[in-house]
Amino acid sequence: MKIKLTINGVPRETEITPDEKLLGLLRREGYFGVKFGCGRGECGVCTVLLDGRAVNSCITFAAQAHNRSVTTVEGIGTPDNLHPIQEAILDHGAAQCGYCTPGIICLARDFLDENPDPTEEQVRDALKGNLCRCTGYQKYVEAILDAAGRMRKLSGDSG
Amino acid sequence: MSKPKFRSVGHNQRKLDGVALVTGKARYVDDIELRGMLYAKILRSPHAHARIVEIDVREARSLPGVCAVLTYQDVPRIQYTTAGQGPPEPSPKDTFVLDDKMRFVGDRVAAVAAKTPQIAEAALKMIKVEYEVLPAVLNMEHAMDPDAPKVHEIPSANGISIPERNIAAQVEVTDGDPGRGFAEADLVVENLYRVGYVHASHTEPHICITYLDETGRLVVRTSTQVPFHVRRIIAPLVGRPIGQIRVIKPRIGGAFGAKQEVLLEPLCALLTLKTGCPVRLQLTREEVFVSSRTRHPQVLRCKVGVNKDGIIAATQLDVLANTGAYGSHALTVQCNTGSKTLPLYRTLQYREGVNNVHFKATAVYTNLPVAGAIRGYGAPQGYFALDTTMDEIAHRLGMDPIEFRLKNLIREGDSPALLEQLGEGREGVKQVLKSCGLRECIRRGRAEIGWDEKRARRDQGPVKRGVGVAVLQQGSGIPGIDMGAVTIKLNEDGSFNLLAGATDLGTGSDTILAQIAAEVLGTDADKFSVLSSDTDLTPFDTGAYASSTTYITGMAAKKAAGKVRKMILDRAARMLSERGEDLVLEDGQVRGRKESVSLGEVCSDALYQHDQEQIMATASHISYDSPPPFSAHFADVTVDTETGRVKVLEYIVAVDCGTAINPQMAEGQTLGGIQMGLGYALSEEYIFDDRGRMLNPRFMDYKIFSAADMPRIKVILVDTFEPTGPFGAKSVSEIPTNGPAPAIANAIFHAVGVRLREVPFTPERVLAALKSRDT
Ligand code: FES
Ligand code: FES
Repeated sequence: MKIKLTINGVPRETEITPDEKLLGLLRREGYFGVKFGCGRGECGVCTVLLDGRAVNSCITFAAQAHNRSVTTVEGIGTPDNLHPIQEAILDHGAAQCGYCTPGIICLARDFLDENPDPTEEQVRDALKGNLCRCTGYQKYVEAILDAAGRMRKLSGDSG
Repeated sequence: MSKPKFRSVGHNQRKLDGVALVTGKARYVDDIELRGMLYAKILRSPHAHARIVEIDVREARSLPGVCAVLTYQDVPRIQYTTAGQGPPEPSPKDTFVLDDKMRFVGDRVAAVAAKTPQIAEAALKMIKVEYEVLPAVLNMEHAMDPDAPKVHEIPSANGISIPERNIAAQVEVTDGDPGRGFAEADLVVENLYRVGYVHASHTEPHICITYLDETGRLVVRTSTQVPFHVRRIIAPLVGRPIGQIRVIKPRIGGAFGAKQEVLLEPLCALLTLKTGCPVRLQLTREEVFVSSRTRHPQVLRCKVGVNKDGIIAATQLDVLANTGAYGSHALTVQCNTGSKTLPLYRTLQYREGVNNVHFKATAVYTNLPVAGAIRGYGAPQGYFALDTTMDEIAHRLGMDPIEFRLKNLIREGDSPALLEQLGEGREGVKQVLKSCGLRECIRRGRAEIGWDEKRARRDQGPVKRGVGVAVLQQGSGIPGIDMGAVTIKLNEDGSFNLLAGATDLGTGSDTILAQIAAEVLGTDADKFSVLSSDTDLTPFDTGAYASSTTYITGMAAKKAAGKVRKMILDRAARMLSERGEDLVLEDGQVRGRKESVSLGEVCSDALYQHDQEQIMATASHISYDSPPPFSAHFADVTVDTETGRVKVLEYIVAVDCGTAINPQMAEGQTLGGIQMGLGYALSEEYIFDDRGRMLNPRFMDYKIFSAADMPRIKVILVDTFEPTGPFGAKSVSEIPTNGPAPAIANAIFHAVGVRLREVPFTPERVLAALKSRDT
C-alpha cells in the first residue's frame, strides 16, 4: 500500500507493507539517525516525533504515519544550524557512544515544547523510557535543563 | 608542586565526532546501503545440553529468497576462542563456528542468509533438527562433581584446564605465609559472597556486515572493540590469509567488554564467501542477552585476619566462577578478581616486609550463558567480597571504616608482591606504585558526603538511613602485552591526520588522542582529523579493553607527535635560518627570534619546495607499568524495613585518574560506570527456569537504571601525575563499576545492621536478611 507523509518537512509518498514499522520505513528512506535497540518499545533509541509527539518508531506502524508529519533527529537541527538541545548536549559532553542520542534529542524536543521550564525531576521522569548505558544520564539531564533555558531565552528574544 | 599548564590537555574539548552524533550523521555498522545485501539469522538451541542427531535443511534451502544455509557440516572444523585476545590466547580454544553439540539454550545450530529478514526467519522454522537431549550442568557449585555431565568432549580442546571435571581454568598464588598470619591474628572474618549473571546491555545490539570489495578481498564492518584481533582470529576460520581481510569499526553504540568477543564475524563472513553477496547479521535484543557475553557469576570466600590495632595480618580470596558453556576470558577475568583487589591492602605492616596473601580461582563450565569480558573484568565481583569484609572488620573492631582502611591501604612506592605472580593469564610484572591519590580521594569524598555527621545519625521509624564507603583500584592496560600505535601527518593548511588502530567505543578516545597530540604540536585538537580502527588504513592496536587506550595509545600519540614536532622544527629552522633551540611551536606557528612560519607553510615547503618529504611519523607504545587509578565511593541510602526497598539518595565518587586529559569525559566515564554498578548492586540479574532458559531477556524484565532511577552523583576528580602516562594520565573507564555494590552493602549495614552477601539487593533479599537478623 501507498502512504503520504511528511518527513522533516519534505512531503513523501512511499510504498509500505501492512506490517511494516515506522522505524523500517525511515531507515529505508535513509534517515539513519533513527536507531534500533530492541524493537519492542523498551529502550527508546528509535524515538522520533509524529506530529510533534515522541513515539517509539519500532512499535509504530508505518501506516499510522499516513497524512502525518514525522521528524527525526536529522530534522531537528543540522551541523550548520544546531538546535539548542543539540548545542547543549555538545557543551555538556552528554553523548558518549551517541546511539541513544537521536532518540533523546527527539524526546527532549517534544518534552520541552510542552514544559519550557521543567524541574530536574520532570526531566528525569520524561527520560525514563530512553535508556542509555554509557552516561548515567546526568549530563543529558543537565544539558536538557540548560537547553530549556536557551530556548526560553530565544523565544523571549524573538517574542 | 605546581604543574605545567596545558593548552589542550585538561580542557573540556568537545568530542570530535560530537556534531555527527547529535545530528544523526554518525555512521554505525548498520548505516550503509549495499546493493544486494542479504540478511542473516541464526537458529538457536532450545536445549541446555544436546547433540544434533540429524539436521535437515533441504526445505529451508529451497525456500525462494534463501541464498545460503550453514550447519556444522558446512563450516571448517576448527576450534577457536571467541575471547578476542592477543596470541598466545589465554582462553581455552573450545568453540566451533558451528558445532553438532549444543551447550546452552541459545547456542548456534545453523545460520541462514536470505533476501529479506522475513524470509530468513521463515527459513529458520523450516530447519528440522533431531536432538539427543543430554543431562545438563545448571549449578556451578555442582559442576565439578564426579558424576556431573561433561560440557566439553574428552579428549578435549586445547587450553581447557581439566575437562573431566568441567574446569575451564584455574589459578592459585600464595605470598608469604597466610596460614601463620591467620593463626596469629586477633580477629579473623570469613564469609561467602554470591554474584550472578549480568549483561553489559550496550544499546546497539551486536552487528556485523561483511562483503567482498572490488578485488575480492573480504571486508568486515563490525561493532567490535578489537578490529586487529578480529582480522587475525577469523582468518583461519574463513580460510583467507590476513592480508585478504579488512576489518572496519565505524561509530559503535557502546561495548563495555561484550564486543571484545569475536562472535558474529566468522559466521557472517562465511555467508558472504558462500554467496558472494554482502551479508548483514544483527542480533535481536533477546539474542544479545542470551547468546552474547555476561559478567562471570562467582561464589567468593573472603577471609581477612587483623590484629587488635587494626593491622591486616593476612588476606585470602577463594573464587569459584561460572564461565558458562564456553571459557571465554575464564582464566584472565578470574586472575583479575584477585590482582585488581587484594593488592589494594598491604599485609606487610604486620610482620615487616612479609605479605600474607592467598588467592585461588577456579572457573567451571556449565550449560548456561557464556561469560566474558565486561567493564571491571572480575574486579566488581572481587570488591563486593573484599571491601564488604573490610567494612565488617572495622565494625567488629569498633573502628570507623575509613580509619581502618587508611591504616592498611597501599602507598606510593609500594610494590605488591602478588602482582609479580599474578598477571593476566600468566606471570605478572613487578609494579612499583608511582602515583596514588587514594588518601586525597577519601579525604574529599568524606567531606563532601558529610561522613562524620551522617555516621553519627540515628533514625526513628521504618525507613532507616545509612552511609557506606568503598575503596577501589583498577589498572591501566595489561603490562607487557597491550600495544598501541599512532601515525600523524601534517597537511598544507596546518591541519593533521591522526591514524590510530585504537577503538573509540563511544568513550571519546579519538578526541583524547587528538588532545594529546595537539598538546605536543602546539595546536588545537580540532585541527586533527582522526581516523581509527581500520585494519587497512591505521597502524596496529591491541584494542579497547583493560582501560588501556588513554594510557597506552595515548602515549603512542604523544611519541608520534614528538617525532612530527621534530621534523617540523628541523625544517622551520632551515626555513628561518635559525637555530632549532630558539624556535617555539605554538598556536599553529613556529616562531623564531625574528620571524615565524605557519605549520601550513612548513608543510608546503616539505611537499613542494625543498628536499621534499612527507612530514609524518608513526610511533608505538607498550608499557610494563599498569598504574592503578584509585577511587573512593560514598553512598547515602535509605532502607525501608517494611518493603525491603533500598534507595540511593546521594552518591559521591572521588577518583584519581592521574591527569584527566578531558575532565568532562572523565566525569562521563565515571557516571556511566556508576550507573552500571548501581544496576549490579540493586536491580540487574538473569533469571532462569529449571532447564537453563533465561526468562527475562528484555529491558522490560531485566532492569537497567533509567534516568528516573539514578541518584544525583557528584564526581570529584583528584589530580595526580602519573610519570609513566601521557601528560600524567592513568585510566578511568572501568574503575567506577567496582564501587556501588560494596558501598551500598556497607551503607545498608550502617542503616539496618544487616550484611547483604548476594547481589542484587532486591527487596526480597533485604527483607529476608532483616528477618534473619530479627530471629
Ligand atoms: S528500538 Fe524502539 S524502543 Fe527499543
Ligand atoms: S551514549 Fe551510549 S547509550 Fe547513551
